Parts: sequence; C-alpha cells; structure tokens
Amino acid sequence: MEITPEKLRWIYTTMYRIRRFEEVLLEQTVLGKSMGVAHTSDGEEAGPTGICAHLTDADWIGSTHRGHGHCIAKGVDTAGMMAEIFGKYTGLCKGKGGSMHIADFAKGMLGANGIVGAGIPLAVGAALSAKLKGNGTVGVSFFGDGATGEGTIHESMNLASVWKLPVIFVCENNHYAESTPVEYAVSVPDIADRAAGYSMPGVVVDGMDVFAVYDAAGEAIARARAGEGPTFLELKTYRYHGHYHADDPHTYRLPEEEELWKARDPLPNFERRVIEQDLMDEVELERIRNEIDQEIQDAVAFAEESPLPPIDELYTDVYTNYSNSVRGLR
Amino acid sequence: MATDTKSSPLGPGFDVPGSEIRYREAFNKTLFDELRRDPDVFIMGEDVAGGAGREHLGIIDSWGGAFAATKGLIQEFGAERIRDTPISEAGFVGAAIGAALTGSRPVVDLMYFDFITVAWDQLLSNAAKNRYMFGGQGKVPLTLFARSGVAAGYSAQHSQNFYSIVAHIPGLKCVVPSDAYTCRGLLAAAIRDDDPVIVCNHKKLINMSSFVPDESYTIELGKGRYVRRGSDVTLVGMSYTTEVCRVAAELLAEQGIDAEIVDMLSLSPIDEDIVLESVTKTNRIVIVDEDTPRCNMATDIAALVADKAFDSLDAPIKRVTGPHTPVPYSKPLEDAFVPSPEDVVATTVALMGR
Repeated sequence: MEITPEKLRWIYTTMYRIRRFEEVLLEQTVLGKSMGVAHTSDGEEAGPTGICAHLTDADWIGSTHRGHGHCIAKGVDTAGMMAEIFGKYTGLCKGKGGSMHIADFAKGMLGANGIVGAGIPLAVGAALSAKLKGNGTVGVSFFGDGATGEGTIHESMNLASVWKLPVIFVCENNHYAESTPVEYAVSVPDIADRAAGYSMPGVVVDGMDVFAVYDAAGEAIARARAGEGPTFLELKTYRYHGHYHADDPHTYRLPEEEELWKARDPLPNFERRVIEQDLMDEVELERIRNEIDQEIQDAVAFAEESPLPPIDELYTDVYTNYSNSVRGLR
Repeated sequence: MATDTKSSPLGPGFDVPGSEIRYREAFNKTLFDELRRDPDVFIMGEDVAGGAGREHLGIIDSWGGAFAATKGLIQEFGAERIRDTPISEAGFVGAAIGAALTGSRPVVDLMYFDFITVAWDQLLSNAAKNRYMFGGQGKVPLTLFARSGVAAGYSAQHSQNFYSIVAHIPGLKCVVPSDAYTCRGLLAAAIRDDDPVIVCNHKKLINMSSFVPDESYTIELGKGRYVRRGSDVTLVGMSYTTEVCRVAAELLAEQGIDAEIVDMLSLSPIDEDIVLESVTKTNRIVIVDEDTPRCNMATDIAALVADKAFDSLDAPIKRVTGPHTPVPYSKPLEDAFVPSPEDVVATTVALMGR
C-alpha cells in the first residue's frame, strides 16, 4: 500500500512519541509522580500507529488498561495525558480518570477501560451509531489476548457480524495476560482463526512491523467504510516491560525471549527500511526524535506545575442529590 | 381529611383531554411519541419486533416485545430503528452504551429485570461511570426498561425487584412507575434524560388502567407524589406497592385511621423531601417494598427518616417487605411472599397502638 511522505513522518513521530511517553512515564512513576498504576505499551507501538494512520477524528476507538499508545496514535495531547496520570486538574479528565480511563471525545477516543473486555461492546456501539446515522465513520476496538477469554468478545463479534457493522476488532496479542502465557490460556495458536466462526475475515499480522499493520488495517477499514462489515486483526506483538510498573516480568518469562522480540523492534526496523529505500534520512529521523524528547519533557513539566483538582470536583459530572453523600455531614 | 386520589402535583393534571388506558398501552404510546420526536432514538432488544430477517416471507412484528411493549413500532420506524437482537445482553447493552456515547439515544428492552445481572458489568463499569471518569466528557442517554416484580408464577429468576442494587450505584437512575399515568410521564422523561435510566415495569401493573392525557408529557425524575392525603400515618409505596398502599388506606379508613400515601416514582435520584414532609406531619411511617428485606429501598428510606426526622416520630419506623428468600413458584407460597394490604393494615394498626 502506497504511503505518502507526510504519512511516513507521522508514523515515525507517532511511534517514537509512544515509546518516549512510556519510558518517561515509567521513570516518573517509579519516582512516585503518577498517582496510580501505569500499564506501559512500549514494544507495541506499530499496532496503534498502523491502525490509526487510516482514521480521522470522526472515527471512534475503544481502548484498554494499556491504552496510552492508542490515545497517542489517535492524536490525544501528551501533556494532557501526563497531567491526567499525575492526577492534575489540567488532565484530559480533570484528574478523575487516571491512566486507565483516559478519554478524549474531540479526538474520537472513546476511553481506556479498566475492565478487561468491557470496552469491546462500546466500539461496536460506536459502529452502530455510525450505521444508523450513515456518516461513514468506523469503530475500532483494541483489546489484548487476555480479553479473548471474556464473553464480551464473542457477543460483540456476533453482533457486529449479524448487523454488518463498520467495526475493526484489533487483538494486540502481546503473549501475556498479566503473567499467564497465551499458549496456556487461549485454545488456538492464532486467535484470528476464531473470526471464521463469525463469518468475518481474520488476519494474522506482524505487530512489530508498522508497514504490515498499515496494509492490513487499510484493507479492513476500507472494507468497513464500504459497508462490507467487520474484520478481525490479530497483531502478534510484545510488551517490553511488565504488566504494570511494579511487575518484574522475569518472574514468568525468559530474558532470551525478550531479546528475540527486541531484535524486531518496530522503531529501528522502520529506520532501516526508510533509509534503505531513501524515503527519509537519519538527519530527519534524529530531528523528529529530538522534538519528541522535548515535547515529553515539556509534558512532564506541565503535569508537575499543574494544580490539583479542587475538592468540589468530587461531586461534579454525576448527579449527586443524596444528602448523606459527605460522610453524614450534610 | 379529604381524599382525592386523582389529584397530582406533577404533570398536566387531569383536567385535560385523555382516557382510561392500560399501562402497556401508555408505554407503547410513549415509545411512538419519542421515536417520532427524535430521530436519534432507537429501540433494541430481544424480539422487540420478532421474526427479524423474515420480511421476505411476509413476517413482521411477530412478537412486538414481551407484553407487546413494542408492538407496531417496526411498521412505522423500520428494522434499523426497531432492532431485534440476539440473546446477548452484555453485548447489546454494551453496544447501546457505545451508541449513546456517540450521539444516539438507545432504548433497550431487557425483557425481565432479573437479566440485568448478565449485563451488569456494562451498566456498572461503563454506563454509570463514563461521564464521571472522563471528567464530564460524553454522556450516556440510555434508557433500559424491563419487567419486574412478583406475579403469575414467574418464580425465582423472573420475579425480582433489583432496583435497590441499581440505586446503590452512583451514575445510574431508576424509576418505578405505579400506574399508566406515571408510566407515560416517567418513560418520556427517561428517554429525554442524558443519564442512563432504568425503568421498572411491574408485571401486575401492566394490564391495569388509569387516566392518561392524550398529549405527551413528562414527569420530573427524582420527584415523588402524594396519591392520598391523610394525617395519621404515612404509607410509602413504590412500583406495585403503591397499589397495595391504596387498598390498605381504604381498609384503614374503615377503622378510622387516615393514611397519607407517598408514591416514590423515582428511586434514584430519590425524593427525600416528600418523605420527610409527610412524616413530619403524620409522625408515623410504614414503608412498603416488595423486595427482599436486606439493604432494600425500604431500609434506605427508614435510615433517612431515622437520620432526618427522628424527633417527629411517635412510633418506630416500620418496613413491610418480602421475606429474605428467593421468590417461590406455587401460588400460596408466592402470595405469602408478597406484601399484602392486610400486612400493611396489621402493621399500621399495631403502630397506632390500637
């Protein structure tokens, strides 16, 4: 599939932005700056980038507890994300959601979701809205290999199939549900094989190769926009860090395995390929990296300097007429 | 004190054109109104039309929903907006929430209230929390309706009143109409509200009739009403138990006890003021709830009265509820489960010290 120079630059910028965001966030979390847990997605950058390269702000994505990469690929502001994770009032959700609930409706980001599998029907619903309104938009649901054991994936794929909805199911198979390996917990070697049971195409994609993801996603999204129904993509990928910031993955996986995956890292692979094909040069790549390094540093400074939410925020954005809501004081 | 069961501080009153119609007809009429009024409104659920995909055989609207709640809609609004679903409650309730977040106004028929547990995570983790945890971004204008309550041998898994579980969750609203008039006004208000609202239709009310104005109207969510004014004791009803209270009040009147009836109508938000106003006047209260007794709405309202109106009480707060058992099947057992007017009378008479 043809990629414009602008799109190539966007792809590299986006993948590097996700990488840097996650690395810096992990450092900040260890320093105690995050007010909660951080589930990082470095290693998995090619997936959300290759998918979202085909989407506009009017398309909707649903995400997971490991959702920073999805947010960034959908165009969500990294300073607003960092501030949210730091629990600040300037965060995208005013500090009321945190890492697992970042949303940005203006960007078509329907929310990260802390319950495994619970976000999948929401993306199906976004696709149902699109069909009812006839506006040509699509819904994309990101979820992990662990979520494929939940009932919602079955219900969602069946609904999307029988109603022929413009939805793309994107399974980011990073091979571990917390500490549980996929070969133990999932009944098939390729989860994409299950798509046949729902009469939809199921495609296994190298999730470390952004070009492969870009091509597969382009086809699936074009199919959805043409009214031909849903597609299931399984991206084989790997998270470089533990399940969350304090998890040591070496308690359940071997360093040799990590090295094999890191040898296929999506960023150097991209760099090698664009330089070989004379599409971008090292000077430009370095300039992008420097810009993003600065952006993420600024995001941390913004988050640090931002105010905490006022206590009255506890009671906003939900109806609270119950008179005993403040520990019996009212 | 004068009794006027037809006066209502809510809605358009009864001096308008209208007629006696059944609860189910009022419900169906409201769906027509709202689907015509707003193109973003659509209905989905199991068998809301029935026979989906068999239009080529001339089959259309074969069911029209359980108790014919959605009968006739597909003929005017078509299969896109009157959408039959597979048996897939978590899937389609979740899809409805996603549709609501993206500009639609879904109305979901869950068939029986008991089935809410199958879709509970979607309601609890998504519908109730999205707006709050996203810092005010997005809204969930979802209406979910279901048949509730003990009736006709539906037994343990099709008879429950789970409204206290719903009321426990910040972000979910819950209404309990008590007749055809309140059904129409509350359902219209629920569909026009920007928060998720669960509408409980008690099976015993569905075929009962009352006066309903011809013109569409809404009843404000979170407001109760007086269905009888009295001075000796406050009876609190919700859903079908408002009807139980009406009968009990007539029996009490024969014994010279003048009961006031508060009909809750909404359980979340809840109208604390009307309960406190009434009990402050009558100084005695009996709360009638068909639900099982632990952590139910009667207990919640009793706590409110103990906290806010303790000084005006002349007698202990009493709750008349179902027993702490599953709902049984056999008729004599089922009858024994349900709070009856006689139970309310006996409790009230004892409370009056007679």
